[in-house]
Amino acid sequence: MTFLKALLLGDAQADRVVPPTGFTAQLTLFVSGAMAFLCVFALALSMASGRVADRWADELARAATLRINAPAAQKAAQTEAALKILQQTPGVASARALTAEEQAALLSPWFGSGLPVDSLPIPQLIEVIEDEAGYDATGLRLRLQAEVPGAVLDDHARWRRPLVDAALALRRLSVVSILLIGGAMAAMITLAANAALSANAQVIEVLRLVGAQDSYIAQAFVRRFTLRALAGGGAGMALGMIGVLLMPAASDEGGFLTGLGFQGVGWLLPLLIPLLGGAVAFVATTRAANKKLGELA
Amino acid sequence: MGPNVIELDNLGYNYGGGELLSDVSIQLGSGSFHFLTGPSGAGKTTLLKLCYGALTPTSGRVRAFNMDVRGLDRDQMAHLRRRIGVVHQDCRFLDHLTLKENIALPLTVSGRDIADEEANLRELLSWVGLTDRMDARPPELSGGERQRAALARAVILSPDVIIADEPTGNVDWEMSQRLLRLLVELNHMGKTILVATHDLSLIRAAKNQVQARVLRISSRQLQLAGADL
Repeated sequence: MTFLKALLLGDAQADRVVPPTGFTAQLTLFVSGAMAFLCVFALALSMASGRVADRWADELARAATLRINAPAAQKAAQTEAALKILQQTPGVASARALTAEEQAALLSPWFGSGLPVDSLPIPQLIEVIEDEAGYDATGLRLRLQAEVPGAVLDDHARWRRPLVDAALALRRLSVVSILLIGGAMAAMITLAANAALSANAQVIEVLRLVGAQDSYIAQAFVRRFTLRALAGGGAGMALGMIGVLLMPAASDEGGFLTGLGFQGVGWLLPLLIPLLGGAVAFVATTRAANKKLGELA
Repeated sequence: MGPNVIELDNLGYNYGGGELLSDVSIQLGSGSFHFLTGPSGAGKTTLLKLCYGALTPTSGRVRAFNMDVRGLDRDQMAHLRRRIGVVHQDCRFLDHLTLKENIALPLTVSGRDIADEEANLRELLSWVGLTDRMDARPPELSGGERQRAALARAVILSPDVIIADEPTGNVDWEMSQRLLRLLVELNHMGKTILVATHDLSLIRAAKNQVQARVLRISSRQLQLAGADL
């Protein structure tokens, strides 16, 4: 706590002994700001893709669709037969035939509203919800094949798994991006700190000659770079959050491309980014300062 | 003369592939006043740097305050330097600080609050005659002002030993006498003084003010240059 207080409040006298260095100050501020900005988007993407993966997994895992492809005259009978089979099948929690309006709504994104479903040879869809135990898909298919020739069971596994895998891969990619952003920021700040230390080699020599301990000299640089990273990170985070706020809100029409923002307490997570940036700068500058002071000794 | 504060024992130092100093031995007793003289390039500055630990000898041993300087870690070296005030030939100021801040630098780096030392600082500025220049930046100062400021910075922590490297090298006769008087005053206060100079007139002028010994570096060796002044 004392250390944190000393780092944040500092010592006005000690801060003045190291001359201000414009280039490294600007570089650190810019890098921290840019990295924080990118980090906000990577974090938003990570959280959104996580949500999508969870939703797809939850919503689709227990649902299946039974399609009745039959001539109009047989469609009602086959639908009734299929529903009967489904009611008798262990593991099926519920099954219901979609109404003509529901089927028209499914097609409306392609054909528009007011579609005369009755006059079109559209198969009848049955929504199947399985229970906790689940049903035997192979057995159900065999029975349907024998008793309802026009029935085709689609348990969504064929397209659900790649979608969930893609969403999870996107989340992993976002996490890797955040780690890379942190690493790149550490590298850039290390370079800036090294440049500042090299540029101030004579100042360091004078400070040593008048009795300054290396920890005192290092702290002067570390504090400066940490505060710059915090300030740059704060600005970058604020801009990033404004950018995320301006993204379109989640909607059914937009699908995956909307709703990339944060939700609920998720909005608090970006607040950690400047703090983590400051921590990265602190560690990077401490290591650079100790190494450089060792070389200059 | 009190116990030795700095001792150089059979010291050797190589530089640029050659031997600059060889078998050098001296003892600086507490409260003593020594001049170190010799031609340019003889190794006066090197010898001073060896005394305050800025250089490591190639052979032999340096002891300061009964500690082997070679065995000190970086923190211990920092503490040693607070006990040895150094006046560099080129003064070594930080140009972005004011004169007052430069003089107070040893206080700052040792963690002392300048506000608490304001009275001492003003007294010191007055002693070296720089009260009216305390807000000036080093590049704005004359050679004499810089040397006096460097002396003030060297003594602000009241060190036991003051080492001055050509303190009168860039100043006129009048200013060199003023600086000499300040050094003599410090010696009368019990400080050990070691002054490197090639200015023999300065040494002669010190004759009536202080009992000093003159050491001369010649041909890599250190010799006592005649009787005490």
